[in-house]
Amino acid sequence: MAETAAPLLQVEDLAKHFPVKKGLLRRTIGQVRAVDGVSFSIGAGETLGLVGESGCGKTTVGRTLLRLIEPTAGSIRIEGQDITRLSRSELRPFRRQMQIIFQDPFSSLNPRMRAGEIVGEPLRVHGLRSQDERRERVAQLFERVGLRKAQMDAYPHQFSGGQRQRIGVARALALNPKLIVGDEPVSALDVSIQAQVINLLMDLQRELGLSYLFISHNLAVVEHISHRVAVMYLGRIVEHTDKVRLFTHALHPYTEALLAAVPVPDPLIKREKWVVQGDVPSPLNPPPGCHFHPRCPYAEARCKVEAPALREVEHGHYVACHLR
Amino acid sequence: MSAIDHAAELDKAGANVSGRLGALLFFARRYPLGAIGALIMIAFLATALFAGAITGFDPLTTNSKASLAPPGEMHLLGADFMGRDVFARIVHGARISLAVAVGATLLGCVVGTLIGLSSGFFGGWFDLLVQRFIDMMQSLPLLVMALVMAASLGPSLQNTIIAIAIPLVPDVARIIRSNTLSLREMPYVEAARAVGMGELRIALIHVLPNTLAPLIVLATAQFGSAILVEAALSFLGLGVPEPHPSWGRMLSESAAEYVRTAPWLVIFPGIAISAVVFGTNLLGDAIRDMLDPRQRS
Amino acid sequence: MRTLEVENLQTWFYTRAGLVKAVDGVSFSLERSETLAIVGESGCGKSVTSLSLMRLVADPPGRIVGGAVRLGGTDLLTLDEAAMRDVRGNRIAMIFQEPMTSLNPVMTVGRQISEAVILHQRVSRGAALARAVEMLQLVGIPEPAARAREYPHQLSGGMRQRAMIAMAIACNPEVLIADEPTSALDVTIQAQILEVIARLQRELGTAVILITHDLGIVAETAERVIVMYAGRKVEEAPVKRLFAQPLHPYTRGLIDSIPRLALMRQAGAQAAGRLQEIPGIVPALSDLPPGCIFAPRCALASDTCRREYPPYEEKQPGQWAACWHSDQVGGAAHG
Repeated sequence: MAETAAPLLQVEDLAKHFPVKKGLLRRTIGQVRAVDGVSFSIGAGETLGLVGESGCGKTTVGRTLLRLIEPTAGSIRIEGQDITRLSRSELRPFRRQMQIIFQDPFSSLNPRMRAGEIVGEPLRVHGLRSQDERRERVAQLFERVGLRKAQMDAYPHQFSGGQRQRIGVARALALNPKLIVGDEPVSALDVSIQAQVINLLMDLQRELGLSYLFISHNLAVVEHISHRVAVMYLGRIVEHTDKVRLFTHALHPYTEALLAAVPVPDPLIKREKWVVQGDVPSPLNPPPGCHFHPRCPYAEARCKVEAPALREVEHGHYVACHLR
Repeated sequence: MSAIDHAAELDKAGANVSGRLGALLFFARRYPLGAIGALIMIAFLATALFAGAITGFDPLTTNSKASLAPPGEMHLLGADFMGRDVFARIVHGARISLAVAVGATLLGCVVGTLIGLSSGFFGGWFDLLVQRFIDMMQSLPLLVMALVMAASLGPSLQNTIIAIAIPLVPDVARIIRSNTLSLREMPYVEAARAVGMGELRIALIHVLPNTLAPLIVLATAQFGSAILVEAALSFLGLGVPEPHPSWGRMLSESAAEYVRTAPWLVIFPGIAISAVVFGTNLLGDAIRDMLDPRQRS
Repeated sequence: MRTLEVENLQTWFYTRAGLVKAVDGVSFSLERSETLAIVGESGCGKSVTSLSLMRLVADPPGRIVGGAVRLGGTDLLTLDEAAMRDVRGNRIAMIFQEPMTSLNPVMTVGRQISEAVILHQRVSRGAALARAVEMLQLVGIPEPAARAREYPHQLSGGMRQRAMIAMAIACNPEVLIADEPTSALDVTIQAQILEVIARLQRELGTAVILITHDLGIVAETAERVIVMYAGRKVEEAPVKRLFAQPLHPYTRGLIDSIPRLALMRQAGAQAAGRLQEIPGIVPALSDLPPGCIFAPRCALASDTCRREYPPYEEKQPGQWAACWHSDQVGGAAHG
């Protein structure tokens, strides 16, 4: 990957801790380290896939990036400018650069607003006062995402799940952002509709030079749409490399476990069946040392005490494991 | 398996309903009690609005010659000790009841919504303070609070409305607050934030409209309460003062002295109050059942 | 005698929007130890089918209007409610997608499982609890006696799903219906649960109906597959034939629209540049088009298709489909 002067997005040591309160006086007795020191960057026109299972912190990373959740530590830079601690009003112009698409097509749209109003709202908030101009722009956006202009006056409940997700995409595009965070954007859709929306997102990337942070638990979808992939486990990135290498030459045992667990839609392909045991641990009580050691078939004594750092083991391939 | 008449089943489900009238009749068939309640409320409304046209008598004109006249040709429902026509006083009293009930319910709902919305949306110490305040207000029974308010504010139409509105506020605030708390977390609210929308605008445009649906059921119940409380306050002399005709005061003026000698002075106002409260309860129950998502097919 | 025989099942819903034929003439059979997968997307009727088998369809607005469901010879649709309660949870059991809402949050896990046992097997509470612990062990829950004393919220998602499976097999049912049993679970836990179900099937001989939208799960666990669309079967085949040579355009479209991991592609196959789409959306069940229901979205649709609904026929030995142009469907695009 070519190193550019200032990548579109640069995240360094991002952390988000939620205090655990107990008792009448709500004393803080501990911290949930939902995101525990995460660093990555995304260039223009690039997609970074962020995968992991529940509790890994990937959704929190996405929200923290947009300052929908305030980070506890670390820095977020957009085109070199640090936006981590900007005030609400200072942050506003930067909001045009980053938008978000949500998972649930039902709750991500206000049921009492018309589809056209929902998509036009970002324009209104950022100064496009003229209603005619807004309507025209919204009509363009509708067509771009594969909806008809006539549907602008309908309400969300009149659309199917896939169409609602398209409305969400149109809303995210309204301000011409450079980066879109997709928080499981296709997970709630039927398989055949997923294909439609994935194709749409990839077309838009080609046409508009968009970058995506694609958060998902579906490895096949992530492999299809991403350029680089990062795997998260309990708040940390355990492996980070380009997609070809991640999916053919994974180095971290957890990544191997994930890949082994994905069912193959082809009965003729026989694979080594390896089912990793144990539960996905809760971030309330992470195991000491390497978080993965209780479930890792290769765990050694060192893994139980010392947390491995994310190191560049091969060129452009980062792994957090003592054994690699 | 026995044969099923598909057409009949569809009819029952309302599939063949067309047009506004058809939809109305369908709901009436499905919720007969609610339909009765609605009819009572429409009658109440019509009486209040067209009071002047319904009766020729003026409710305030006294006529000593007709004092305590029993129901008959001249006075349809009789006359009171001052010779005032009972029917006219009931019909015009409907106006007062309607004004007080609508005014109090509206005022209570608006204030309660503002409190509940801001408390739920902005949270923090403001929320904690407001919640404790609401708890205090709710710990006093509706009637007692209204009494205290009325006694301290003094009898007048406006003060009666205020006195009845105040105890309604905590219930409304509670419901709106709890809806706001859950709506605050909705993805479309987050989307608005991601765009850079201000918190106040989000509260008003995205959260408020979606909190109002459950309020409809509460408002109909409050409406019935308000009518009852107004009657009680006026009965005790703390509500609507002379010369406005009030069903409650009609009862208080007559109950003790004339209940045996001129029972019509007590019966008809009593029926009026009961009917309207009954109507609001039936209608409110039906609306609640209609909006209950579990009932939906 | 077949373990389960479903014949021309029809479950219709009477709604304000009109008549919704959620399941319209579905037939299949199941043998001991066999896994049948029912595959389809939302609205295809697969969940309503499973609820119909258990006679759990809400009435109103739904009603089973036709067909027969023969469990070991007895037609379940003719039983009265009391007799059906004896069958439910005993001879035919079901596990659901969301273990948190299917387990009673105020009862311990052990108690819930023993309730099922007591209801159907008339044993003492002590014996039932012992069986519950035995079941928890069977589904692979470590320290089962301790877990039995815990409440659902104290268990992880995977554990809860195992507990629900334990509850379902406690009475050793002939048929187990698993309705999207792993959709709400993480992928590593999903693999564990599928393994549990497979192991139980081998040890107990239970016939399993697996309802899912995930073709990967179908490929790895099912022996036979039924594909449903808008309330009807469109294809039925042994699993290998279904993937190698689908006979219905919808099946082909489903298989082609899934992105595949590199390690899933057969040697030499290229990654898909663009995913194959099935254009359009599923039609509203209250407003189905005349002729073949899939025609509006089908690349092979002809006038015949739009006019007349194709018969459901055995196009190849053991492989059935409802399509006028099965021979044109072709092998799956992915290698």
